[in-house]
Amino acid sequence: MFHSFGKHFLYTGLEGGSCHSQYGGWSNVWFLLSQCGVCPAPNGQSRKGGQVKATATYRILAMVKQEQKESSDRPDNTAFTQQRLPAWQPILSAGIVIPGFVLIGLAFIGVGVGLFITSQNIQVLELDYTGADTANPCYECGRQSTKNCVCTMEFSLSTLFKGPVFFYYGLTNYFQNQRRYGVSKDDTQLFGDLDAIKTPTSDCAPFDYDGNNRSIVPCGALANSIFNDTFKLYVKTNNSGKKEVPLDGKGIAWWTDYNVKHRNPDVTPLKDAFKDTVKPINWPKPVYELDTTDEYNNGFINQDFLVWMRRAALPDFRKLYRRITADEYHDGLPAGNYSLEITYNYPVLTFNGRKKVVLSNVSWMGGKNDFLGIAYLVVGSLCIVMSIVMLIVYAKFKFPEED
Amino acid sequence: MTWKSPLALVREALEGQRARESELRKLVSNLPYEGLEKGKQPNRFFPSNAVKTTKYSPLLFLPKNLYEQFHRLANLYFVGLAILNFIPVVNAFQPEVGLIPICVIMCLTALKDAWEDFRRYQSDKKINNMPCFIYSRYKQYVEKRWKDVRVGDFVKVVCNEIVPADLLLLYSSDPNGVCHIETANLDGETNLKQRTVAFCFIHQNPGFEPESFNCAVVCERPNNNLNHFKCLVEKPDKDRVGASIESLLLRGCTVRNTNHAVGFVVYAGHETKSMLNNNGSRSKRSKLERKLNVDVFFCLILLFTMCLIGALGHYLWLESLPGVPPFLVPDSNGHLDEPSLASFYMFFTMIILLQILIPISLYVSIELVKVGQIFFITNDIDLYDEETDSRVQCRALNITEDLGQIEYVFSDKTGTLTENKMVFRRCSIMGTEYPHKENGKDFLTETEVIPDQKLLQQITRAESGGGHRDSSRDKDPHLDFFLALAICNTVVVSMANAHRQRVSLPLLKRAGSFIQRKSKRNHTILEVPVTDAAKTDSREDRNGVQTCSLHPLSQSGGPTLEPEDLCYEAESPDEAALVYAARAYGFILLARTPDSVTVRLPSGEELVFEVLDTLTFDSNRKRMSVLVRHPVTKEYVLYTKGADYSIMELLGTPYAGEKRNIEIYLKNIAADTQHHLDCYAKEGLRTLCITKKVVSESTYRSWSGERKRAKAAMECREEQIMETAVQLETNLTLLGATGIEDRLQENVPESIMALREAGMHVWVLTGDKPETAVNIGYACRLLEEEDLVINMSCKNKLTCTSILDCTLEEVRRYGEDPSNVDTTPNISLVIDGNTLTMAMSPDLQERFVDLAKRCRSVLCCRVTPLQKSGVVKLVREKLKVMTLAVGDGANDVNMIQAADVGIGISGQEGMQAVMASDFAISRFKHLTKLLLVHGHWCYTRLANMVIYFFYKNVAYVNLLFWYQFFCGFTATAMIDYWLMIFFNLFFTSTPPILFGIFDKDVSAEVLLGVPELYRTGQVNMTFEYNFLTFWISILDAFYQSLVCFFIPYLAYRDSDVDIFTFGTPLNTVALFTILLHLAIEIKSWTLVHWIIMLGSVALYFVVTLAYSAVCVTCNPPSNPYWIFQSQMADPMFYLICTLSTVVALLPRYTFYVLKNSVAPSPLLQGRQLDRMDPSTRDQWIKEWRGFRGGGPVKRYELSDPPTPTLETPADFFPDSDADFMGDDLSLNVITQNRQRVVAT
Repeated sequence: MFHSFGKHFLYTGLEGGSCHSQYGGWSNVWFLLSQCGVCPAPNGQSRKGGQVKATATYRILAMVKQEQKESSDRPDNTAFTQQRLPAWQPILSAGIVIPGFVLIGLAFIGVGVGLFITSQNIQVLELDYTGADTANPCYECGRQSTKNCVCTMEFSLSTLFKGPVFFYYGLTNYFQNQRRYGVSKDDTQLFGDLDAIKTPTSDCAPFDYDGNNRSIVPCGALANSIFNDTFKLYVKTNNSGKKEVPLDGKGIAWWTDYNVKHRNPDVTPLKDAFKDTVKPINWPKPVYELDTTDEYNNGFINQDFLVWMRRAALPDFRKLYRRITADEYHDGLPAGNYSLEITYNYPVLTFNGRKKVVLSNVSWMGGKNDFLGIAYLVVGSLCIVMSIVMLIVYAKFKFPEED
Repeated sequence: MTWKSPLALVREALEGQRARESELRKLVSNLPYEGLEKGKQPNRFFPSNAVKTTKYSPLLFLPKNLYEQFHRLANLYFVGLAILNFIPVVNAFQPEVGLIPICVIMCLTALKDAWEDFRRYQSDKKINNMPCFIYSRYKQYVEKRWKDVRVGDFVKVVCNEIVPADLLLLYSSDPNGVCHIETANLDGETNLKQRTVAFCFIHQNPGFEPESFNCAVVCERPNNNLNHFKCLVEKPDKDRVGASIESLLLRGCTVRNTNHAVGFVVYAGHETKSMLNNNGSRSKRSKLERKLNVDVFFCLILLFTMCLIGALGHYLWLESLPGVPPFLVPDSNGHLDEPSLASFYMFFTMIILLQILIPISLYVSIELVKVGQIFFITNDIDLYDEETDSRVQCRALNITEDLGQIEYVFSDKTGTLTENKMVFRRCSIMGTEYPHKENGKDFLTETEVIPDQKLLQQITRAESGGGHRDSSRDKDPHLDFFLALAICNTVVVSMANAHRQRVSLPLLKRAGSFIQRKSKRNHTILEVPVTDAAKTDSREDRNGVQTCSLHPLSQSGGPTLEPEDLCYEAESPDEAALVYAARAYGFILLARTPDSVTVRLPSGEELVFEVLDTLTFDSNRKRMSVLVRHPVTKEYVLYTKGADYSIMELLGTPYAGEKRNIEIYLKNIAADTQHHLDCYAKEGLRTLCITKKVVSESTYRSWSGERKRAKAAMECREEQIMETAVQLETNLTLLGATGIEDRLQENVPESIMALREAGMHVWVLTGDKPETAVNIGYACRLLEEEDLVINMSCKNKLTCTSILDCTLEEVRRYGEDPSNVDTTPNISLVIDGNTLTMAMSPDLQERFVDLAKRCRSVLCCRVTPLQKSGVVKLVREKLKVMTLAVGDGANDVNMIQAADVGIGISGQEGMQAVMASDFAISRFKHLTKLLLVHGHWCYTRLANMVIYFFYKNVAYVNLLFWYQFFCGFTATAMIDYWLMIFFNLFFTSTPPILFGIFDKDVSAEVLLGVPELYRTGQVNMTFEYNFLTFWISILDAFYQSLVCFFIPYLAYRDSDVDIFTFGTPLNTVALFTILLHLAIEIKSWTLVHWIIMLGSVALYFVVTLAYSAVCVTCNPPSNPYWIFQSQMADPMFYLICTLSTVVALLPRYTFYVLKNSVAPSPLLQGRQLDRMDPSTRDQWIKEWRGFRGGGPVKRYELSDPPTPTLETPADFFPDSDADFMGDDLSLNVITQNRQRVVAT
C-alpha cells in the first residue's frame, strides 16, 4: 500500500518541478526496456487457414499482458485506498438528539443547583477603604501623600463568619496585565541567580539600574510597584478594649512559587549576595530585609512578594493577604464588632482605582461566584426547552427516512 | 590558460549572445578544429549537451530557495510581521519566538524543494553520463558521454539507442537513407516514424566520411515545435539545399529498425526540441482558490479593523488615566510616550498579536490535502483500465476540487465517445455500393476485414480480365481503388516480430534478474541489439539483394514474406483500416520508403511504385495525396483521399477508362457516390472519398520545380508548400468512397445520461458531418427521442441571425410558459461549423450563448480545432461557468487548454491530448466516477476544510482580542506564546487536513446512483463554499469566541486568578470547541478519524503538562510553571470547560438538527440512503429513477435512429427513419449542399 503511494506520489509530485519525471524516470526505463527489446519475440502461435486471426503485435501484447498480471499498475484493492474503511456516519436529526438534550439538560441543572447552593453558602465581607468619599475613615489618608498614614475601619459580624477565613486585599482598575508591566521582571534573578542579580535583563528597564549604574534588586516595574498597605484586625472585647486577631502569612503563595520558581541566592548571610545592589525605588527597605524575623520568608521567597509577583488576569482583582488560622478562630470569626487598622500607603488615585479588604471563606469551588451555578441552570433548562421543541419538530416532520 | 583582457571577455560574451539570439545560425563541423583551445572553436557560443534541470546548487541553495519562497505573498507577510516584532516599541512577544511559525513552514518547504532538486540532480547525472559515439579525427567513433556532445559534432546512433541531441541525419545504414525512430519518449506516439537523410547526402552510400563534410548548416533559432524544422545546407560551391523535420533526429527518440545512423549535432542540451518542450507541469488556479483569496482579503480587512479598534481603545484608555499609575512602564529613559504615539505603535503590536487571523497554514494545508486527494483518485480501482494497464493520471495537482463544480462538458467524439478503433464497413466504387454485410460483427478487430463476395468477384474478373498486361487491366477502377487505398497513406510497414516490442516492467524485471545471475556477461547482453542487427545487415550484403525499392526489413524476411508478419504503423487508425481493407482484397502493402511503395497485387505480382511526392494531410485541405509513378505504365498518378466535401469540389476529368457517355455517367457516379456517402454518414460511419488523377509529364516537371523551391524557402515555407499541394489537387477523378465504423465505447450512453442528470450541459464537438454526428448523438443518448432538436445550418449571416432570433423566441416561449412545465421537452441544438462561426461573431454571440444556455445538449459538427477552443472560451467567459473539455487527439489540445478542466483520454491518437490535459483517463466512462464521485468529494472536502480553517483562526484569535478589553488594549496574551504556536501548529492542524482528505459525506454508490447530488457543487447553487457560508462561519467563530472568553471571565471575575491560570481554561475550551466543531462537520468517522481526534486532545494535554512541568525559567518573561497542573486539580476548571464548550456549540448543533429534520438537503437524503442496507438502497434508487422517468438505458441500435420531433424554421433534421438500402432517401440538407457544390 505504501509502496505504491510512494511511487505515484513521487511522480505526480515531481512533475511540478521540471522535466524530471518525464525525463529522469522514463528515459531510463525506456533505455533499459530497449535492451530487453532484442529478446526474440515469443511467436509460438500458428496461423489458421487463410484467415488472419490476430497479428503478431496482438499476440505479443497478449503475452506481455499475461506476464504482467502479477505486477501491473493496478491500484491496490484495499479498503483504505478505495476509501471504503468502515465508518460511523451519524446524522443529526431531531429524533436522535432528543434524549441527548434531555440528559444534558438534567445533568446541567443538577450541577447548577449544586454550584448555586455552594456559592450561596460562602460568606463574603468587603470593606472599601479607598477613601474616595468624605464619609470614609480613610478619606484623609487618601488625600495626603504622607507615608504610613493609619486609618481604622469598623465593622460588625452578626453571625459567625465560618472558617477558615481568608483575608484578601483588592484593587480595582489596576492593570497588572499591562504587557510592558507584566514582562518587567527577571525570572532568572528571582531564581537566585547571582549573575542576574548583578546584571538584570533588559526587560526590567528602566527599573534595572539606578543612576549610579548599580543594579536594582528585584528589578522591574512589577516588583517596584509592590502593594505596601498593611492591615491589622482587632476584635472588640466586651470591655471596650480590643484584641488583635492573629493573621497567618504562611502558605499564602503558591507552593511551586515558594519552592521552585523563586529562590534565594545560596549565600549566607543573605545580605552578601546583594552587595553593590540597590533596593527598588518605591521600597522602604531592601529585599533581604523584608522579613528579618523569618529567614524562610525573606528575600525572594517572601510570601507577600510572591503573591504580588503572580500577576492578576483582570484589572479588578483581589490577592490573598493573610489567613485566619489561629486555634481560637478555627471555626471562624465569631459574631461581634471588629476594627481594621490600615496603614495606608498605596496610591490609587492615579488610575481611578479602589482599594478594599475582602474577608471570605472558601469552598471546593473557590470564592463566592453565583454566575457558574446560574449559567448551568439556565443552559440546562434551555436544553430541556430545546428538547421539547425538537419533540414538536419530530412529531411534525417525523423522520425523513420514513418517507 | 592565456590571459584575456576584460574587454575581450565582454566582447566575447556579447558575440556569443548575438550568435545565440540571431534568427539564423550557421554551424560548421568541429573536426577541423579538434584539439584547439575553446576560443578558436567555431560553435563555442552554443550550449553543450549537458543538461541541468536542477534549480539550485549546493552553495546557492539557501539564498535561491529563500528568494523563491519570498515570491509567495503570504510568506512575505509573515516574515514582515516577524521583523516587525524585532522593533522594541511595537513588539508583542519575545522577538525570537515570533519567528518560529514562519521558520517552521519555510524550513518544511525548503526541505521538500531540496529533496526534489536532489532527485533531479541524480537523474540529470544519469542522463548526462549515458554513453554515445562521437566522431574524432584520430580514432573514428569513440565512446563518450552525452554531456560531451557539442554542436557541430558527428554522432553515431545505433539501433535501439536513444538519440542524445537533435541531429541532422547525414547517413543511415539503410540503403535508402531511411532511419526509423520512435517518439514515445517525446509525445507518447508509439508508431514508427521515418526520417530520411538530408537530401544532399543521400547518395553518399556506402560510407560516410565526417571529415569530408565541408558544408555549413544554416538553421533557425531553437524552438519547441516538434513538427517543424527549417534548415539549409550550404555547400562549398554555395549551392543551397533545404532540409526539414524529415531529416532531424530528435533528442530522446529511440532509433528503431535501423542498424546505425550518423547525424550532425544541430541543437544540443537545453536547446533541443525535447528540452524546450519540457516546460514543467501545468499550474492552474482553481476556482475555489480564487474565491479563497477574496476571503483572505476579507480577513485582512477584519484584522485591520480589529487592530484599529485596539489602537483606538489603547488611546482612550491612556487618556482616561488621571495620572501615571504604577503599572504604566516608561521606556528605558524613563520617558512615557504620548497616548497618540503609543496607540500608533499599538496598532502594529496588535497586528503581530492577531496575525494568525490570516491563516498562515491554510496554503500549506491545501497543498497537503490535494496530495492526499490525488493519491485517492489515482488509486481508485474503478478508474483503472485493464486493457491498457493504466490508471487515471493527475497532471495538474491543484484543481481537484474543480472537478466537483463542472457545469459544461465539451467532448470530442472520435476516440473519446468512440473507441477510435476503425473497422472498414462499406465502400462504394464507381457508384456501386458494396455493403460488406459480414463486417458489422462486434468481435471483429480493426485488422480483420471480411471481403464482400460481389466485390471480390469483380476484382477477380478485372484481374484476369485482360489476361495479359494491357491498359484495360490497369485501368479498371476497382483495381485502382484498392491500389489507392494501399498507396495513398503514410503507413509504415514493420515486421511484427522484429526488434520493436513494447516490453514493459515484468520483462524488464526478468531481464534484470537474468543480468544479475550472469552479471559477468552483462555487457554482452546489452550489446545484443547491435550484433543482431549487424548480422541482418551482413546477410543482406552476402545475398547481395540490393533492390533499392525494397525495404530492408522485407529483404531480411526474404521472399517467403507472409502478410501476417507485416505490421502496419499508422498515424491515424483510419489509414490503417484502409490498408487492412486493401490487404483483405489482395492488395498488400509490403513496404514503404520515402521513395517507393511496394504493393503485392492479388495476382501475386509485386509492383514497386516510385513515390515522387507526398502531400501530407492538413486540417485546411482536409485531404492528402501521394504522387507516384506507375512502374508498368510509367504514368504519373496522383492518388488523393479526403473528406467528401473537400474532394467533391475538386472533381473534374472523367474517368479515363470509360467509353460511354462520359459527362452524364460521371455526374451519375458523383451523385450516386454522394448518395452513398450520405447514407454512410447517417449510419454513423466515417466517410472518405478516394480519387485518382493522371498527371502529364510536363505538368509534373514544372510543378516539381515549384515544389522544390517551396521546400527550400526559409520564409513562409508551410504556406508555400500548401499552395503547391493545392495546385496539383485539381480535376480529380472520383474512384469511390469508403465508410469506416468507429464503435461507441462501452457505457458511453450511461455516462452521458449520468452527466446530464448531474446538471451538466453536454456538448459534443466533432469534425464529422452533421448526419454522422446526429446519429452518434442519438446512439450515445446525447439526443433523446422526445427531445426538441434544433438543427441550425445556414449559409449566410442574415439567415443565421433570423434563425437565431426565431429559435430563441420559441425556446423562450417554451421556457416561460408555466402551464407546460411538465411537457416542455428538453431542447438540443445541432449546429455546423460554418453556422457556428457566424453565431460566434461578436454581434451574434450573445444570442447564441443565450440559446445554448437553454439547451440541454449541443452538438457541433464539422468544427476545426480552433473553433473547438473558441466555443469553450465563449461559453466559459460569457456564462461564467465551469467548463470541462475532454478529448483524445491533437485536435482537442486547444479545447483542453481553454477549458477550466482539461481531460485527456489516452487512446489511439498519441499522447498530445494527455500531455495538454489536467487529468488523463483511459475510457470515457471513467469520467462519470471522476466527476460525480471524486469531483464531489474533493470539492466538499476542500470547501469544508477551507471554511473550517477560516473559522478556526478567527475563533482562536478573537479570544485574544476580547482579552484586550481587559488589559487596556496593550496586546497582552493570556496564553503562553509557545502554547499558542503549538495550538495552531500541532494541536489543531492535523484534524482539518485529515478532514480534507478523508471525509466522505455520501458514498460512491449513492453519488453514482443519484447523479443529481452533484448539483450541490455547481457554482450557481453552491452549498459548500460561498459568500454566505464564509460569513456564517465567521459569525459563528465570533459567537463561539465570545462564549469561550466570557464564560471563564464571568466565572473568574473578582477572584485572585492570575494571567496564565485564566488563560489555561480559555485555551482548553478553545481546543475542545474547535475540535468538536469539526466533529459536527465530519460526516463519516473511520478509525483514522478517531485516532487523530483523540490523538490531538491527548497531545494537547501531554505537551501542555510537560511544558508546564519542565520549564521553570526557560521562557522568560512568561512563566507558565505548574499552572496547567494546578488547574487540572481544580474542579472549577472542568466545570468551566464543559459549560463553555456546550454553550459554544449548542447553536450550531441545534441548527443542524433542525435543518436536517425540517428541510433536509439533497446531500442529507443521500446520506440517509447510505445508511440503508445495500439491497434496499439499490431498490430505492431504482424506484426513484423509474419515478423520474429515466428508465434503463437502451442499447445502441444503429439502424433505428429515432425521429426528431420539431421542425424549426431553419433546416431541420431530415427524417432518418428510412431503410438504408431503400431507394427513397430524403436528403434535404445534403441535396442542398450538393447543389451548392455543383454551382460553385
